Parts: sequence; C-alpha cells; structure tokens
Amino acid sequence: MEEEYSGGVEKKFLYVNRRVPHGTVYALESLETVLIGAAFDQDVSMLFIDDGVYQLKKEQNPDSIDFKNFAKAFRALEMYDVEKLFVEQESLSERGLTESDLLVDVEVISREQTKALIDQQDVVLSF
Amino acid sequence: MSSIEVEGKTLATDEEGYLENLADWEPAVATVMAEIDDCELSDNHWEVINFLREYYEEYQIAPAVRVLTKAIGKKLGKEYGNGKYLYELYPYGPAKQACKYAGLPKPTGCV
Amino acid sequence: MATLNIVNKSPFEKRSLDQCLARINEGDALLLIEDATVVAASGTAYTEQLTSAGKSGALYVLQPDLEARGFADKPLVDGFNAVDYKGFVALAAEYDRVHSWL
Repeated sequence: MEEEYSGGVEKKFLYVNRRVPHGTVYALESLETVLIGAAFDQDVSMLFIDDGVYQLKKEQNPDSIDFKNFAKAFRALEMYDVEKLFVEQESLSERGLTESDLLVDVEVISREQTKALIDQQDVVLSF
Repeated sequence: MSSIEVEGKTLATDEEGYLENLADWEPAVATVMAEIDDCELSDNHWEVINFLREYYEEYQIAPAVRVLTKAIGKKLGKEYGNGKYLYELYPYGPAKQACKYAGLPKPTGCV
Repeated sequence: MATLNIVNKSPFEKRSLDQCLARINEGDALLLIEDATVVAASGTAYTEQLTSAGKSGALYVLQPDLEARGFADKPLVDGFNAVDYKGFVALAAEYDRVHSWL
C-alpha cells in the first residue's frame, strides 16, 4: 500500500452522505473517514443527498443531547484539501431547505448532475 | 480506569494517558503530563498546545500534522513551519504527544 | 463507466432502494442482497419500478439470501438474474465501481 501511495496513484473518492446527524453514527464516521483519507493525498469529494443534507444545517447544537458538535469540522475540510462539497438541490427542496441554511460553501447540483458525479468516480463510499 | 494526579485532583485518563474529559483540562495538566515524560515545557511547547486547543474549540477535531505545521509556520515564521521543529519539541510525535498535553482525544486522522 | 449498485435493506423499512433507483445511471447494475432480496420476488409494490429499472440496466439478486427468506421457488421480477457468492464477486470485479447503499 505504502509504495502505491508514494508512487502517486491518485484516485477519485466520493463520500456519499445520506443520513440525519446524531441519531446514528454514520455522519460522524463518514467525516472521520474523509479526514483520514485526506492524509493520503487522494482526490476527495463529498456529496450530500437525501437526509444527508441535514448534516450541513446551520446552528446545530448537539450539546443539548450531550453529543459532539462535529459539524464544526466541515469548516476545517479546506485545510485538508477537501474542497469539493456537493449538495443535491432536490434533496434540499424536499426538506424545505435552501443553500442559505447550510454552514459551509457548497456546490448545489441537480439530480442529473448527481448521477454524472457518481459516474466519474473510482471509489464510492456511502454512509 | 487510569488516572492522573493534578494539584490534588484525580483526573480520569485512558490507558495511554489521554484525558477522558476535555473539561478537566487546565495548564497544570500539561505540566504534570510533561513531567511524567521527563519533559520541561518551554514557551515553544505552549505555542503548540495553545494552538491545538484553539483549533479543537473551533473545529472539534485535532489538526492533521501538516495542518499543524502550516499553522505554526504562519504564526512563528517559515523556519518553524516544518516537521523537524515540531518533532524536536515533541519527540513522541507532535500530534500524539502535544494533543495529549493539550487534553484532546487521541487523534484518529493524524499520521 | 458503470456502477454496480448494492442495496441490502427492504424498501418497506428503509428508503435506500428508492434513493438508489432515483440516481441509477443507464447501464448500471442493481444487486439486491440480504433483506432487500424480498422485492426481487414478483408481486410487490416495487415490481413495476424494478421492471422498468431492468430495461436500462442489469438486475441481480443474491440467491442464498433470497432462499433464506423463503422465496427460492417464487417467480422473480422480470429481468432479475439470481447469482451465488461467486457471481457476486464476479460482478464486483466486472463493474468500474461498487456503490453500496447502506
């Protein structure tokens, strides 16, 4: 593995996030996987569809249920060279949300663009 | 469960010595932990510890080493923005050792 | 470039099959495993949707999981092919990527 990475094999990784945060551990696990993966200099994108869009909701305060406010870490992703965050428009609309409800800058894309995005990847990990 | 004695208080740690509760941290915790490792904390050590604590407060994660290196370089000047400087301060690994002194959880993403 | 999409939950419990079908590309494959295999058997509320998905991409169901749930002898939705574990591995190798809709 080591050699392969140092040999500069760069793959396109897409992390697909589909769940509301805090009720299950998926959202946090996904973020930790992204941060670990970022250390290997891969081409990483994150996609938020369906309930996953709630992970980027502003003003989360999970202190109220004694959980860690890991949404703050989305603002650190840039420092890890994870700069491509995509959110599906249809998923936002279904939930009565708009881009202004989100806590980081994202690229809002259509469902058709979502399909195309998945089709460009080497590895897709869904959470 | 393991623990550490700091100024008369017993604070819970995991078996590797990381604080169980972030809220237990105070500067004396870092000093005591460093003494255990035979290390005396200089201002340079504190720069790193304070940076880690601020970063964690802001983002809820410990920075990866390259993020830490970049940030220290920005703060103290280019000649400090390298792994060598940080490893001289924290020979057990800047991420692990400094995070421990700063009261943060053991970094998962740090290599 | 085509994706092997894997779904493992019953759509009557979780939305992952619907989520997957909404974003499946022409030429992609769908493989139902574990609890999702229940809708590979014909006659459910999902039969029509799966039949139409089968027109733009291949449909597979993992036979041991289907059998375990008592559907071994039931007719499958048109277009479905049953695969064993070896077939599962072959599919994973054949497609450009695997997307497991956990």
